[in-house]
Amino acid sequence: MGKRLKNLLAMSKIYKNAAEALNDIKDGQVLMLGGFGLCGIPENSIAALVTKGTKMLTCISNNAGVDDFGIGLMLQKKQVKKMIASYVGENAEFERQLLNGELEVELIPQGTLATRCMAAGYGMPAIYTPAGVGTEVAEGKEVRTFNGKEYLMEYAFEADYALVKAWKGDAEGNLVYKDTARNLNPLMAMAGKITIAEVEELVEAGELDPNHIHTPGIYVHRIFQGVNYEKRIEQRTVRAKEQPSTSI
Amino acid sequence: MALDKYQIANRIAKELKDGYYVNLGIGIPTLVANYIPAGIKVILQSENGLLGMGPFPEEGKEDADLINAGKQTITTLPGSSFFDSALSFGMIRSGKVDLTVLGAMEVSENGDIANWKIPGKMVKGMGGAMDLVASAKNIIVAMMHTNPKGESKLLPSCSLPLTGLKCVKKIVTDLAVLEITAGGFRLLERAPGVSIEEIKEKTAGKLIVEGNIPEMEV
Repeated sequence: MGKRLKNLLAMSKIYKNAAEALNDIKDGQVLMLGGFGLCGIPENSIAALVTKGTKMLTCISNNAGVDDFGIGLMLQKKQVKKMIASYVGENAEFERQLLNGELEVELIPQGTLATRCMAAGYGMPAIYTPAGVGTEVAEGKEVRTFNGKEYLMEYAFEADYALVKAWKGDAEGNLVYKDTARNLNPLMAMAGKITIAEVEELVEAGELDPNHIHTPGIYVHRIFQGVNYEKRIEQRTVRAKEQPSTSI
Repeated sequence: MALDKYQIANRIAKELKDGYYVNLGIGIPTLVANYIPAGIKVILQSENGLLGMGPFPEEGKEDADLINAGKQTITTLPGSSFFDSALSFGMIRSGKVDLTVLGAMEVSENGDIANWKIPGKMVKGMGGAMDLVASAKNIIVAMMHTNPKGESKLLPSCSLPLTGLKCVKKIVTDLAVLEITAGGFRLLERAPGVSIEEIKEKTAGKLIVEGNIPEMEV
């Protein structure tokens, strides 16, 4: 192998698989995991964490998966110390650990969660949001009044790693998401100290239209081609054969 | 007779205006989409990142990447757009969404709403509800007038942890349509055959009854 080629490989963001890309994640670190429900979750990265057995993790994610999928798989192995999320229903093991005091949980409004990720990616230390004013979410937080309306100050998140899932990605780390699988992924991609993206289709630089990039490669440190996507559907709803015809 | 949940949704649909951007919460609010009046176009926003939400897909066309905020498989419509969750709440926070319809456990006579937490029970989280109620220009609550124990859900002040303060504008229950005013719940309409006395009896907060109260349109 020539020296020039070796250097290129050394510089490459491309990793062989999840195990290689997540190799240096350590016990006790703070992770962001993209996805809304089970839509757009980093399936390969979660599987690699379960295999690796990393423990005492703080996970920032909109949801905590279901019992046997998503972050639920990490909960089964007791790998999560603290969960920061906006909605954690549909998960019996989560509930058991929470009620037994085995798991710490911080529930925050979904828009606040998203915007705290965004702030990190925009280099802003905090945001002001009206969500939660006058509720228990506001306890201990700075309140400021702008134009007669009260807002809470919420800090940008700090995360050691962001684990995100995209539809397509290129060798430069540019990412494109599909449909509502975008959700928190681009925000977390911007926010990780190290961002690891798994993609359904990894392509050469130049194959993605620069006009259509959702996450510019500068935010992405590692990228790998995911495999065996299950893409589980949480609520399979199809068009009703009979529309409700009740009227007042 | 008290309305069923479909009739509540149907009544709320009459509040829609042409061109409205609308966010519908989980439960009865979701049903409102089935009763959008003919000749009116509304654009449904789903806070996980979609404007222009279409109906459920035909069987076999479900796509795991295309869901609504209730995690149900859905479809897009001509003119739909996708975006990330920060932008989604950006359009909510900046007042671009004209109407939000959501369910509630309790509403107080000054418009406070509680719909996310029952102390002592498993807390699932507020999801996007706190963001929605803190910013929406117009909030209509869809709920039953009383809880399963028969206790009023329209109270002088909420007993459950709050989701938002002084934000509800209107309430449509199985018994009545009410609006929040400075003086309390003002009764606007009653369900067909439901007496003002029954509504009074089942409203714990201050109820204002002025003039003739029409029945909801059949």
